[in-house]
Amino acid sequence: MQTPAIDSQLLIPTHEPIHGHGEAHPDHRMFGLIIFLIAEGMIFLGLFVAYGTFRVVAPEWPPAGTPELELLLPGINTLILVSSSFVIHNADTAIKKNNVKGMQFWFLLTIVMGIIFLFGQLYEYNHTGFGLKDNVFTSTFYVLTGFHGLHVCLGIGAMLAVLWRSFKPGHYSPAHHFGIEVAELYWHFVDVIWIVLFLILYLL
Amino acid sequence: MITAQLDGILPVNPSPELTERKWWDYFTFNTDHKVIGIQYLVTSFLFYLVGGALATAVRKELSTPEVDFVSRELYNSLFTMHATVMIFLWIVPAANGAFGNFLLPLMIGARDMAFPRLNAIAFWLIPPGGILLMSSFLVGAPASGWTSYPPLSLMNGKWGELIWILSLLILGTSSILGAVNFITTLLLMRRPGIGLNNMPLFCWAMLSSSALVLISTPVLAGALILLCFDLIGGTSFFNPTGGGDPIVYQHMFWFYSHPAVYIMILPVFGLVSEILPVHARKPIFGYQAIAYSSLAISFLGLIVWAHHMFTSGVPGWLRMFFMVATMVIAVPTGIKVFSWVATVWGGKLRLNSGMLFAMGFVSMFVIGGLSGVMLASAPFDIHVHDTYFVVAHLHYVLFGGSVFGLYAAIYHWFPKMTGRMINETWGKVHFVLTLVGFNLCFLPMHKVGLAGMPRRVAEYDPQFAAINLICSIGAYLLAVSTIPFVINAVYSWVRGPKAGANPWNAISPEWQTLSPPPIENYLGEPPFVPDPYDYGKDYNPGKRPMSQVKAADLWR
Repeated sequence: MQTPAIDSQLLIPTHEPIHGHGEAHPDHRMFGLIIFLIAEGMIFLGLFVAYGTFRVVAPEWPPAGTPELELLLPGINTLILVSSSFVIHNADTAIKKNNVKGMQFWFLLTIVMGIIFLFGQLYEYNHTGFGLKDNVFTSTFYVLTGFHGLHVCLGIGAMLAVLWRSFKPGHYSPAHHFGIEVAELYWHFVDVIWIVLFLILYLL
Repeated sequence: MITAQLDGILPVNPSPELTERKWWDYFTFNTDHKVIGIQYLVTSFLFYLVGGALATAVRKELSTPEVDFVSRELYNSLFTMHATVMIFLWIVPAANGAFGNFLLPLMIGARDMAFPRLNAIAFWLIPPGGILLMSSFLVGAPASGWTSYPPLSLMNGKWGELIWILSLLILGTSSILGAVNFITTLLLMRRPGIGLNNMPLFCWAMLSSSALVLISTPVLAGALILLCFDLIGGTSFFNPTGGGDPIVYQHMFWFYSHPAVYIMILPVFGLVSEILPVHARKPIFGYQAIAYSSLAISFLGLIVWAHHMFTSGVPGWLRMFFMVATMVIAVPTGIKVFSWVATVWGGKLRLNSGMLFAMGFVSMFVIGGLSGVMLASAPFDIHVHDTYFVVAHLHYVLFGGSVFGLYAAIYHWFPKMTGRMINETWGKVHFVLTLVGFNLCFLPMHKVGLAGMPRRVAEYDPQFAAINLICSIGAYLLAVSTIPFVINAVYSWVRGPKAGANPWNAISPEWQTLSPPPIENYLGEPPFVPDPYDYGKDYNPGKRPMSQVKAADLWR
């Protein structure tokens, strides 16, 4: 008998249950989310590099006549957003101890902090003293912070969805709380992007 | 014999719920990767026909030096839409979405992709994105080239340009979601025993292509968002009078669009690496070299984008860097070409349509690669930039490369996808018409490009008239060549002879199951294929005397 290229023993169906018919298989969703966040990160990176290029080639930055950015309110906003990342982490700790109520509380708190951040942004938009079209600095300011704000909204939406689902008894447990992990990772991502944004737009 | 071994595992009467797909499944939101793959393939092929019609109109205008077929403005829209459709609605979805989806789970012994619903969502973004793009013809299609450089793209019709931006954002999203699926599936769902170093080479190709999609497509999204703000928001990101810089757009655009060409060719490289061994009955030459060269091309592809900008006023040191990096990319590509040649060398060739197109791919792509290395040289490129020399190059790699490779893949996997054999005679007719039409159309373009004929202009100097007429005749021949293919494919799908599980006696995993594969790909455990290229090595088992060895023994 010739040596087969394919081991025929392994081709004979075994008595193991056929994979995928309702039995558990590994959960790859977190890996997928991380891969997706690489793409999300790249879109921000592209916009950051564009900002950097405009800045480097400009004779004066910010361009002459641009009202100065105040630092107090955005600084407070930054503190709120960064601490909200710690707050949401408490939710993860809570669900790991099967404390659904605790998780819901921390999520609600994070949502509130996120909404405060957004209101802070809107307030700032009204008080910058410059508009979208004034010059390349103001345009990138609004587009970058606005795009980030959009992602904050998506993160809040994800948290609301998770909060909604958590009212179904037994939906989240120490073993199954992927939704909470998703919302948390996404929120951390949004936070990190803001830190970079704050650095390059306000501080540097 | 392999077929005999399969008799033991393929049930005689598999239950209908495991094997039957109703035709209407293909028109629904279906999460089966095989259905999605075929949905991608048929949808993208329809857009190929649309892009081809646009090309025929372009060539009709160019058959004479005067502007006599369409207006100059419409001509600009025609070539803009031709390229946009071919890139975003034909090659990218067909090479990645169609074959990536259909083949990857089968090749790694998985039952489906990691995220089947996300997969279906990614496909269903294509038809609306495509229809949206085509609708721009109703309001004045974009007319600034598929590269859409500002300020020109901000000066022509706003609505057409806005539609173009939005549809590209949709199609780019589809691409990214697909890449997330491919990467996760390939890295985490290989059958036990299949490591990265014995999975089929198409898997390596898809890994490399998906990495590029993931990293570069979002940057295009960024560029399009800024362009959109300039278009309708009154900003001046790319307008020098407002403090902006159009070169920033070019950098962001090409940061995606150069990797885009590798996104369009890497999967096809992988497909060809699968097809040649089967029909040459020889193992692939240089598995590791081909696998790692895919990664090398992927990485290098991210750092060569400014070779599209040699005449944009970028500084000399930048041109030098990108020239050298671009030339370096020829090395891993050349490694693949040598490996393919070595694969068929001394093989017992079965010259069916799939093999003909695969071999045609290698030769046509090499020609395109040669003109590419010429273009990599900045001093040369400065003379031929925006001439027909570039048009010749890009069509040799995209048509002679990607399209020939996609046709090869369609012929090769047609039996697996449909369960029927496509007609060989008409396949060969299709191949000859395509090869002749293609070369007649694009080979002469090298000459007129070198002589200075600019691209993207409806009229040209009468000295180029004779050659342009030849090119247009070639284009008409290409248009005609699709007819026998379409009729053959449709007729064979409906009434072709049944193919059986493994008509090519191939070894790779997708052939070790029914044609078309049952709903969860394999009945029982997925087969363990430690070496998918193990052809012809053991033609004399038991070491019989050579007088007893027949030629047919080579054909296991």
